[in-house]
Parts: sequence; C-alpha cells; structure tokens
Amino acid sequence: MASTTSPDRIKDLTTVLARQGILIAFILFMIGFGLVSDRFLTPENLMTVVRQSAIIGVMAIGVTVVVLSGNLDLSVGSMLSFATVLVVDLHDKLGAAPAIGVMLVATLCIGAINGFLVGFLRLNSLIVTLGMLSAIQGVTLIYSGGKNVDIADQETTWFAIFGRGEVLGMATPIVIFLGLAAIMHLVIAYTPYGRRIYAVGGNPTAAVFSGIRRNRVVFSTYLVSAFCVGIAAIILGSRVMGSQNNVGQGYELLVLSAVILGGTSLLGGSGTIWKTVIGVLILGFIQNGLLLLGFPYFAQWIVTWIVIILAVWLDVAAKRGRLFSPIA
Amino acid sequence: MAQVLSTPTAPRLSGAFRWLLRHPIWGFVAVVFIFFSFATAHFFDVQNLQNVLVQTSTIGLIALGMTLVMINGNIDLSVGATLALAASLTVDIMGWPVFADWGNWQLLPAVLAGLAAGVAIGALNGIIVWKTGVDAFIVTLGAMLGVRGLVFVYTEEQSFYAMNFAYSDFGASSIGPLPTLAVIFIVCAIAIHLLLSQTVHGRNTYAVGGNREAAVNAGIRVGPHMVVNFMIVGFFAALAGITLSTQMGASTPNLGRDYELWVITAVVLGGTKLTGGAGNIIGTLGGVLAIGILRNGMNLMQVPAFYVLVILGTILIAVLFLDKQLNRKGEEELRL
Repeated sequence: MASTTSPDRIKDLTTVLARQGILIAFILFMIGFGLVSDRFLTPENLMTVVRQSAIIGVMAIGVTVVVLSGNLDLSVGSMLSFATVLVVDLHDKLGAAPAIGVMLVATLCIGAINGFLVGFLRLNSLIVTLGMLSAIQGVTLIYSGGKNVDIADQETTWFAIFGRGEVLGMATPIVIFLGLAAIMHLVIAYTPYGRRIYAVGGNPTAAVFSGIRRNRVVFSTYLVSAFCVGIAAIILGSRVMGSQNNVGQGYELLVLSAVILGGTSLLGGSGTIWKTVIGVLILGFIQNGLLLLGFPYFAQWIVTWIVIILAVWLDVAAKRGRLFSPIA
Repeated sequence: MAQVLSTPTAPRLSGAFRWLLRHPIWGFVAVVFIFFSFATAHFFDVQNLQNVLVQTSTIGLIALGMTLVMINGNIDLSVGATLALAASLTVDIMGWPVFADWGNWQLLPAVLAGLAAGVAIGALNGIIVWKTGVDAFIVTLGAMLGVRGLVFVYTEEQSFYAMNFAYSDFGASSIGPLPTLAVIFIVCAIAIHLLLSQTVHGRNTYAVGGNREAAVNAGIRVGPHMVVNFMIVGFFAALAGITLSTQMGASTPNLGRDYELWVITAVVLGGTKLTGGAGNIIGTLGGVLAIGILRNGMNLMQVPAFYVLVILGTILIAVLFLDKQLNRKGEEELRL
C-alpha cells in the first residue's frame, strides 16, 4: 500500500478514509444532529448520553477483548442479570463491600467456566456461551425464586455512589467507563499480554508455534469479560437500587452491535478498545438524537440496523478493494 | 461409540442401531420420552402428546428453514423479530376496514401479507449477505434489532387482537386425531426433507456449505442460492408467527423474543454443524422434539421453568463436547 506515486497516494487516502470510516461517520453524525436539534450538542445532553451508555460500554470493553481473541461471548446479558441480582440481594444481607466482593468472585467463576470450555476444551464459543446464556438465566431465576430484588435503605448506603454519585464533578458511571476503557486500551495496545491476544485471534496456529499458550490467553479473555460485567452490574444495581431478574436480557446483542460498530472483526485479531468506545457512543447518540427529534423510541433500532451493516460493509469493502462481493 | 464403529463387527450392526449412531439425538429423545412416560401420570396421554406437537411446531417450523441456512454455513438471528412482524401484520391487516365485509376471506390477504413480509425480510438479508460479503451473523444481528424496531414502531407498542374468531378457531382445530398446527409442521418437515435430500437445490446446499470455493468452481450460483435459503427461513419464521398467533388469537410486539436462540439450540442438538456442510432434517426434528418433550415433561413434573433453562444449557454444551470427542476420534482413525 505504501507507495509514493500519486495515484497510489489517492488510493492511500481512500484507504485511510475507509479505515477511519467509523470516526468520520461519528463526527458527521454529531454535526448533523447538532444542526437539526439545538439541544443535542449541549454539555448536559452529551454527559447524559455518556452516562447512559456506561453500562453497555463497560460490558463492550470486555466483549471486545474476547472478540479480539477470535471468540464470542453471548452470555454477558444473562451474566449481567445474575451479577446485578446477586449484588443487590446481598447488599442488605451482608453489607455493600462484602456483597460486591462475593458478586465479583461468583461472576469471575462463571467467566472461568466459559473460559475453560472455550479455552481448554476448545468448544465453539458461540454455542458454549449460548448454552451459558440459558443456564445463567436459569440460575438467576432459581436464586431469586422468580422475584425481583431491591435495596431497602436507598438513601444512606454508600453503594449509591457507583450509579448516582459524582467523582471530580463527573457522574461516577462516566468516570468508571472512561477510566476502564483507558486502562484496557493501554493493556491491550501496549503490553505483551495484549499482543498475545491479537496473535491468538489473528492466527492461532502461528501463535501456538511462537510459544503463546493459546488456551490460557483465551481463558483469561473470558475472565476479563466477566470482570467487566461485574463492574457493569455494580453501576446498574447502584443506579436502580434494585433489579429485575431478567434485567440483562438482550444486552448481549446490543453490546455485540457496539463492538462490531467499532470495527472489531468477529474473526479476531483486529480491532481496538477506543474504537469500541466510539461504537458504544454512536449507539447512545443515535438513541438520544432520534428521541430529541421526536422519533418513537424504537426507531433507533431501525437506524442501528442500517448503521451496523453500512459500517461493516465499508470495512469489508476497504479490505477487499471493491464495493461489491465478487461471488456470483 | 466411535470405537464400536471402528471394530470389524461394525457392518453386522443392525440398521436401527447404525441409524441411531447417525442421529444420536433420537436416542436422547427416546430416553426422555420413556422417562417422562413413567415419571409423570399425564405425559403419555393422547391430549398431552398433541400438546407437545403443537408447542414444538412453532420452534420446529423455524428450525426447518434454519437447518438449510446453517448447512449453507450461514446463520439467521432475525427469525424471532420476523416472527413478530408477520404475526402483527397478519392480525392487524385482517381487521382493516377495507376487508370488513369479506367474511372469513379477510384472513387470506392478511396471511399472505404476513408470509410475504417474512419472505421479504429473508430476501433482504440474503441479498445483503450476497452483495456486500458481510458475515451473515452480523447482517442478521442488525436485522434482528432493526426488524424488532419496525415491529414496535408499526404496532406503536400495542398488542393486536384477532376480531375474526375463525383465526383462533383455526389454531385450535384438528384434522382427525392430529391438531391442524401439528399437521402443518409435519407436512412442512417432509417437504423440506425432500427438498434437502432429493433435489438439486438440496445438493447445492451441502456443496456451498462444505466448500464454497469448490461450489463456485462447480458452477453453482452461490449468491442467489443463499438468498433462496434466507427466503425459506424467512417464510417459515413468518408461518410460525402466524400459527403462534392463531393459538392466542392475538399478537404482541415482543412475540418470539429469544426464539432465535431456541431454534439454533435445536438445530445444533440435531447435529447440524455451525461451520456448514453437514446436517439434516431428521436430526433437527429430534432436536426440536428433545426441547419440546423436556419443557413439557418437566412442566408436568412441576419442576420450575428455571431449571429447564439450566438443564437445556447444560445439555447443549454437553452435546457439543461429546460431538467433538467423537469427531476427533474419527479424524485420528482417518489419519491411520
């Protein structure tokens, strides 16, 4: 690709445009909505959107890591239900700090089961996490006895800080979301561990031959994903101060949409955390912008449908060098 | 089991046993069937077995189409949303004032519109997969959100009720000893089985899934072929939406939520490979029945529905594990 002749330079430019397509789309999108609605680009509105996106965002960070290693995690939605019910239910029984601790350990255990099945037994991640989606939902319902849970003393508990509080003048969910994104971005982009994940996702055979213990890397990505779900559950439980026992239903696919929008390849080995953050924000701003313009709530899903396919199509077309697939 | 196959006595195994080795899920179906017949008082009861068939038919219809798409090496996550779209359209359109004095004929344009919507969504998915080269998983994930959004916007988040009672009467009717909905399912299953095993289209379905490159070189028009299969699964999702709404005499915008997961579970239990190229309708029927019998039987045993979720998830993973073990042994033998 890198060449100095002028036609190639134009080609380089289009390649760059296509590669950064999601960022350009995001900026155009923000400008467009900003022109149409004068309430859209206000600081309060922007902050509200980021805060509302925090839960999907935190989960999407974990799922990005799993997808980078070439696998899928469809169990995050059920796992969010499980973790939120657990932390809210235990809050009144054990106190806030032990509840968070127990919940994180339990969630990591589920992640370890996923990781064992996919990493060490080498089972297909789509089916494994599909089975886990159903099983975890069942466990959650058994645990809660089919009832919803809530925190009795909502005014005085310090647990409220995660969902409702502020740190340094910013809503805590925003701080957690962006902070976690920054840390994970550094880990994935600049550490040997991150490089191993890309290696395993990009070419598993080559990774194994270069001495990377593929099983362990895959196993660890599911722990990361489970940990992120645990964090998301803390934010969600704290914000709502209660939980329905199926609160995370359908989240797995919204989260995956955000990851795909961010340009992470489902085949593994390609993508970055900060682009996932952009993907999450696009989903959030689509919802917010359409609502401000007076569209019905679910119109955002129709727009998301179009945006996802256009975004991935652009990406695929840029790699292929032509717009339409050559298949007859 | 693979070891049994590899011993010299293999050719002398009875036909039934070899058939069972090809479709292990039917062994499981037989075991749960016998178990629930003895464990509960009402499972082995004509009326209950009719119930199982009707309950199974909804997921079963979609699974027929999904089997084709998955043998192709594709997947369709949008079937649950398509089901809701078809159900809402059908129940709504039959109440339109235009058809007010059509009598029971008002069902005809309504059902046709519902089925057409399903086929159209399938065609749209297929054409996008064909022309853009984007993975079917992503295309249909988008469609799953988008079509569900269409349903919510179209229905304004309301449920529709069928004012013409012929609609719900149809859902409750029988042909001889069998419920009409079960008959529809069985007829469709036979049709798709024949399509897959006896026609050129069926052979192409395996060829495209097994080795797309080779299929292209063999002159199969892979793109239009895949579009047809997406249209078939869209048709069956719509048909399932219509049969489901005849059972209730109504449609809700949330109808069919998570059905894509149940359908994929059933198809995988039936032995269809996610990577494509392998699978058949007999296995899919077994997978669908296994889920239907488990849900019904455990319900009769008054096991809370929660445990069914855990057991189904576990069975799905266990089947995947066993399948992998058996296949791995098969590969080793081939190498020798």
